[in-house]
Amino acid sequence: MHWVEYLTPLSQGAWVTVQLTVFSTVLGGLLSFVFGIGKLSPNWGIRGFSIAYIEIFRGTSLLVQLFWLYFALPVAGDAIGINLRLPPVAAGVLALGLNIGAYGAEVVRGAIQAVRPSQYEAAKALNFTPRQALFRIALPQAIPEMMPSFGNLAVQNLKDTALASLISLGDLAFRAEQVRNFTQDSTTIYTMILFMYFGMALVLTAIMRLLERSVGRWRSARS
Amino acid sequence: MLFGFHWDTAHGEWAFALSILPILLRGLVVTIQASIVGFFIAMVLGLVLAVLKGAPSRIIAWPAALVTEFIRDTPLLVQLFFLYYVLPDYGIILPAFLTGALALGIQYSAYTSEVYRAGLEAVAKGQHEAAKALDITPTRTFTHVILPQAVPRVIPALGNYLVSIMKDVPVLSVVTVLEMLNVAKIIGDQTFDYLVPLSMVGGLYLILTILASAAVRYVDLNLPKRGLPLK
Repeated sequence: MHWVEYLTPLSQGAWVTVQLTVFSTVLGGLLSFVFGIGKLSPNWGIRGFSIAYIEIFRGTSLLVQLFWLYFALPVAGDAIGINLRLPPVAAGVLALGLNIGAYGAEVVRGAIQAVRPSQYEAAKALNFTPRQALFRIALPQAIPEMMPSFGNLAVQNLKDTALASLISLGDLAFRAEQVRNFTQDSTTIYTMILFMYFGMALVLTAIMRLLERSVGRWRSARS
Repeated sequence: MLFGFHWDTAHGEWAFALSILPILLRGLVVTIQASIVGFFIAMVLGLVLAVLKGAPSRIIAWPAALVTEFIRDTPLLVQLFFLYYVLPDYGIILPAFLTGALALGIQYSAYTSEVYRAGLEAVAKGQHEAAKALDITPTRTFTHVILPQAVPRVIPALGNYLVSIMKDVPVLSVVTVLEMLNVAKIIGDQTFDYLVPLSMVGGLYLILTILASAAVRYVDLNLPKRGLPLK
């Protein structure tokens, strides 16, 4: 088989990888803000839950989390009488999103804490409620500072989607494995998909740069 | 049965958990071994990449930067498959463990090379100038002036990558390395109970990474901040 013929199955896989990356990155982004802000909450219950989430998902291996959601969760569900059999796509998106969300939450927390105290004092002096101070003063200044780290995490997440092939999700790495089993042409196939991942990472980096530039206008004027 | 240990499925969850603990700990030992070997390769290879990227000649520096970027932007799993299936085609046959450790080392060399570069660049420019003024040779400047000041900056960041490597070791299970997750998966396949072994792996990982992070922080706090005497 000629290498051009591999392109059809591989591009199908690449499309799954793209979808998986988009969904899990969006989910991870949402979780980052929820738990990053949650970790700064004055309510100890919310703070404790956020810290537990962040520590558990940053402290264990992504593959362990993926296997746990895919293999162990159904067993746990059976024990309490609920059907928790996730399809591979759901388990993959959930595991990737939860994992990257925990790393992102620390980024969000760090960026919010890096907003200068004088900004909060000014907000207080102008009689802003704590909620207004967070959403109208702190976050707009913190988000541009988060973007470079978010860009790295997005690429990290793209790379991590390859692990979803191990729970039989038909992504790029999975298709490559199928084609390899069929043709035994390892060198060509793996070289091709390494470059495909590299290309996707470059595109993703470019998108994150654009996003970074578009939120850059929220940056406060540095005095 | 695995590694000569039998599991107890007849006396409830806790007895089962207790009976598979020694098996999982055997897997944990392999996980730690793979982390250390992979980390060592990453440290050496990263230094090579960092030196090449800092080369005065662009013909050397540019390809090195491109290679680093390529390694950083491609998944560990695919790099591992590449090494595992492609190297034997060229007559290089390594045991699965070494292939895995090599893949970890290559993946993380891209990260460690950035750490070295940042550490070397963080040394104040005046140090270079002072060394020149005192007529110290460039080699001696690097080994006796720059390096001792760069090491304390580099070590904590390297330590964090060691913790990251530990969390990536389960990927090696795909090339039959019997690390902790693979062992738990085998137990699950045979007893049809994935919940207990996989949850235990999660717990053991949490303990492992908390201990490793604490060790990194301890080393960081106890390093002399102004520089490390190498003699």
